[in-house]
Amino acid sequence: MAIKLPAVDIVLVGMGWTGGIIAKELADTGLKIVGLERGADRSTAEDFSTPGNHDELRYAVRFDLMQNTARETLTFRHSVDQTALPMRQLGSFLPGEGLGGAGVHWNGVTWRWLPWDHEPAKRTATRYGRDAAPPEMRLQDWGISYDELEPYYDKFEYTCAVSGKAGNLGGKIVAGGNPFEGPRKREYPNPPLPGSHAGRLFTKAADSLGYHPFPSPAANASRAYVNPDGVQYGQCHICGYCERFGCEADAKASPHFTMFPLARKNPNFVLRTNSRVLKVLLDSTGRRATGVTYIDPRGREVEQPAGLVILSAFALNNVHLMLWSGIGKPYDPRTGEGVVGRNYGYQIGGGANVFFDERTIMNPFMGAGAMATGIDDFNGDNFDHLKFGFIGGGGISCSSAGGRPIQYRPVPPGTPLWGTDWKRAVKRHYNHTLYIGNQGSVMGYRHNYLDLDPTYRDAFGRPLLRMTFDYHENEKKQANFIADQCVKLGEAMGAERVARIAPPSRYSIVPYQSTHNTGGAIIGTDPKTSALNRYLQCWDVPNVFVTGASAFPQNAGRNPTGPVGALAYWAAEAIKTRYLKAPSPLVPA
Amino acid sequence: MSDESGVGRRAFFKTVGAAAALPLVSLPSAEAQTHDHGAPPPAPGTAYLFLTGPEAAFMEAAVDVFIPKDDVGPGGVESGCVVFIDRQLAGAWGKGARLYLQGPFGDSKSEQGYQLPLAPADLIRIGIADVDAWCRANRDGRTFTQLTATERDALLKVLIEGGNIELAQVPGRTFTGMLLNATLEGYFADPIYGGNRDKGVWKMIGFPGAGGMFAHLIDEYRNKPYTVEPQGIADLG
Repeated sequence: MAIKLPAVDIVLVGMGWTGGIIAKELADTGLKIVGLERGADRSTAEDFSTPGNHDELRYAVRFDLMQNTARETLTFRHSVDQTALPMRQLGSFLPGEGLGGAGVHWNGVTWRWLPWDHEPAKRTATRYGRDAAPPEMRLQDWGISYDELEPYYDKFEYTCAVSGKAGNLGGKIVAGGNPFEGPRKREYPNPPLPGSHAGRLFTKAADSLGYHPFPSPAANASRAYVNPDGVQYGQCHICGYCERFGCEADAKASPHFTMFPLARKNPNFVLRTNSRVLKVLLDSTGRRATGVTYIDPRGREVEQPAGLVILSAFALNNVHLMLWSGIGKPYDPRTGEGVVGRNYGYQIGGGANVFFDERTIMNPFMGAGAMATGIDDFNGDNFDHLKFGFIGGGGISCSSAGGRPIQYRPVPPGTPLWGTDWKRAVKRHYNHTLYIGNQGSVMGYRHNYLDLDPTYRDAFGRPLLRMTFDYHENEKKQANFIADQCVKLGEAMGAERVARIAPPSRYSIVPYQSTHNTGGAIIGTDPKTSALNRYLQCWDVPNVFVTGASAFPQNAGRNPTGPVGALAYWAAEAIKTRYLKAPSPLVPA
Repeated sequence: MSDESGVGRRAFFKTVGAAAALPLVSLPSAEAQTHDHGAPPPAPGTAYLFLTGPEAAFMEAAVDVFIPKDDVGPGGVESGCVVFIDRQLAGAWGKGARLYLQGPFGDSKSEQGYQLPLAPADLIRIGIADVDAWCRANRDGRTFTQLTATERDALLKVLIEGGNIELAQVPGRTFTGMLLNATLEGYFADPIYGGNRDKGVWKMIGFPGAGGMFAHLIDEYRNKPYTVEPQGIADLG
C-alpha cells in the first residue's frame, strides 16, 4: 500500500538541466513544488573536489555519475523483425543520475541550433519542393521558429557563462564567428576559450579551403563570471577533465550549482533525492494526471499527488514514463499512428585522424570539454545538401577536450593491437595527432521509434523501454560525404598521414558515440503527429508537460543542450504566465 | 618480445615454490583454497584478492604478451597490471555491480553488445580455465603459462580475431577482449588502482596526470613541449 502524501501544486520528475530551470523559475510563485531525483544529492565541494574528481577510471570508464543499468536500462534492436536485447552496460550514450543529471558530466558544448533545424519541413519544401524528402523520412517543424526561441537561447547562454564569438549580430555577419548561425541580439557573455594548437591548425586549413572556422560555444567559463542570477563561476582551468566528470571550479555550467541552490532558497520548493519515480497517476478519464508514485530510500512506495506534473528526466526516461503511465497514444510503426515513441533520433559520426611529425606538438591534456574549433559550412541547409543526394548535414569540429590516456590513444590504422610495435605507436602519436569529427543529423523515420519491451523488466518490475533504430541511406550518404570533407581538411594541414574514420553502416549500442538521444515525445502543431504542443504540454493530458531532448522531432548536426535549455525556459515562462493562471490546453487541439 | 621461456613460465615456477609463504588473506574464497599453488603476493605487504596462484600466473603470461618489457617503455607486469586486474575483479566492476544480468539470454548481434550471463570476474575465471584446457589438449599437455611468448601471442591473436579456436565454455573473443581492455585500463589508469607503477606509463607518453591546470600555460606552450613530472591522485591528496 502506497504512502499518500499531502497534495502539492507541482511535481517535477528528474533534477537535471530542465528540472532545475523550471524549479528555479517557478520557485517564487509561492506554489508548493516537489522535485524528485532518483540519484543522490550533490555539491561541488563535497563531490567534485580535486584531486579525486580527476580519476579517469572511476568516472570515465566505470561511469560513476551515470545511470546504473543493473536497475534501469533499455532493450535495443535494429528493426521490427528482430528481438530486442537489453543494453546490459552503458556504451553508446550516458544518461546521468543524481542531482544535476547529465548536466554535471557533460562537456559544456552549448549551441543554438540553426533556424533550419526548427522548421526543416517548411524550409525543405520551399527550397526543393514538396516531394524532395524520401517518403519514409518524417521531417517535422517544431511549431516554434528560431526567432521566437532566440531570447530563451540568450537566457540559457548568459546563465551558463558561455564563452564564444558571435557570427551574426542582428543580421550583421561578424568576422571570427559562425556566419551561418541565426541572428542573435547580443554577443556571448564571455570571450572564446584560448584554443589549442590543434584548433589553430584546423582554422588555417579551413581558411585555405574557403570555409568559415570559428571557436565553438563553450559553457566552460573563459574568465570568472557572475551570471544574471548572481551565481559565481570560476575561470576554466583547461584541466582536460570535463566529459564524464564534475567540475571542481564551477567553471563548467551545471544545474547542481546554478539552479538548485536558488530553487532551494525558497521554502516552497522541496527536493527529494534518492526518490525514483515509477509512474504518473491518471484519473479515470485518462485525461488528467493526479500525481506520481515513487520509491523512497527505504523501499516504500510513496504517492505524491500534484496538480501539475512535469517530466524533466533524460529524454529516454521521459518517454518510458509516458508509455508506462499511459499518457498519450503509443506510436505504432505498422499503422504509423500514435505519438508517444515516434521519431526517435540519434546522430551519426565519422571523420578523420590526422597524424603529424614529432615537431608538431598538441599537448592534448591542455583541454576543456567544449574547447573546439569548427565549421558549419556543411551543417543543416547551409549548403545545397540535396545536390549531394541527402537532406541534413553535420557540424565539423576539431575538439581539444583532454588527453586522458585510458581513452585517448590515437594510433594509425595497421597498428597491432598489442606488443612492442603497438606501444611504440602509442608513444609516438599521443602528442602529435588531432581528430576532425562530424556530428551528423538524423531525421525521423517510420521505423525508428520507442515502445515498451514485451520481455525484459527493470529492478522495479516495469517493462524496459525498447529502442528500434538504425541508420538510413540519407544519413549514411550525409556522413560519408562529411567524412570526406574532414579528410580534405586534414590533408590541407600538411600532416604525415590522414586516416579516414568511416561512419557506421549500422547503429551499434556498444561504442560511445554521443548522449544526444532525441525524440519520442515530440513537439508539433498537430496532435496526430506530435505528443506535445509548442509549449511542451501534452496534447492528451494537459496537466503534464515534458521537457528535454525527447521533444525534438529530428536530431540536428550539433549538440542539443542549448535548445534543451532554451525550450525549458520557454516552457517555464508559458507555465508561469499562462498555464498557472488558467490551467488548460495552451494550444487548442 | 621477451625471451622464449617467457615471464609467465618463470612466474609459474616461482609460484610453486612460494606457495607456502602465502598469507591467508590472499585466499578470499573456498574456491581459491582448492588450488594448491599460489602466485607470490604482488608487492610486500599485499596479496591478491581474487586471483588464485595459477590464475595470477596466467595473467602475467597474458599481460606480458600484451605489453612486454622493452626499450620503448614499461612492461605491463612490472607496471602492476596484474595487481590492477586482480583488484578490479574483486571489486564492484568484477562482480557486475552495474551489469543488467536478467534473462533471457541468447543469440545476439554484435551491435547489441555484451549478452553473456556472467559478471567480468566469472568470465575471466571461466575463460582462463577454458584456455588452459585448450592448451593442454592442443599444446602437448602444457598450460597457457607454459607456452612460449610467441605461442601465447599467436593464440591470443586467434582468439581476439574470432578465429577457428572454439573454447569449451565462453567465446574466446569476448574473453580475450575483456582481458586486453582490463590490461590497458591498468596500464594507463591512475596508480592508486595498482597499475601504472611510479606513473611510468604517463612518463612514457608525456601525460602530466591528475593535477593539470593549464589556463595560464596553454598560450606559452602552444606547439611546444611541456615536460613535467606527472602527478597522480595520491601525490596531490
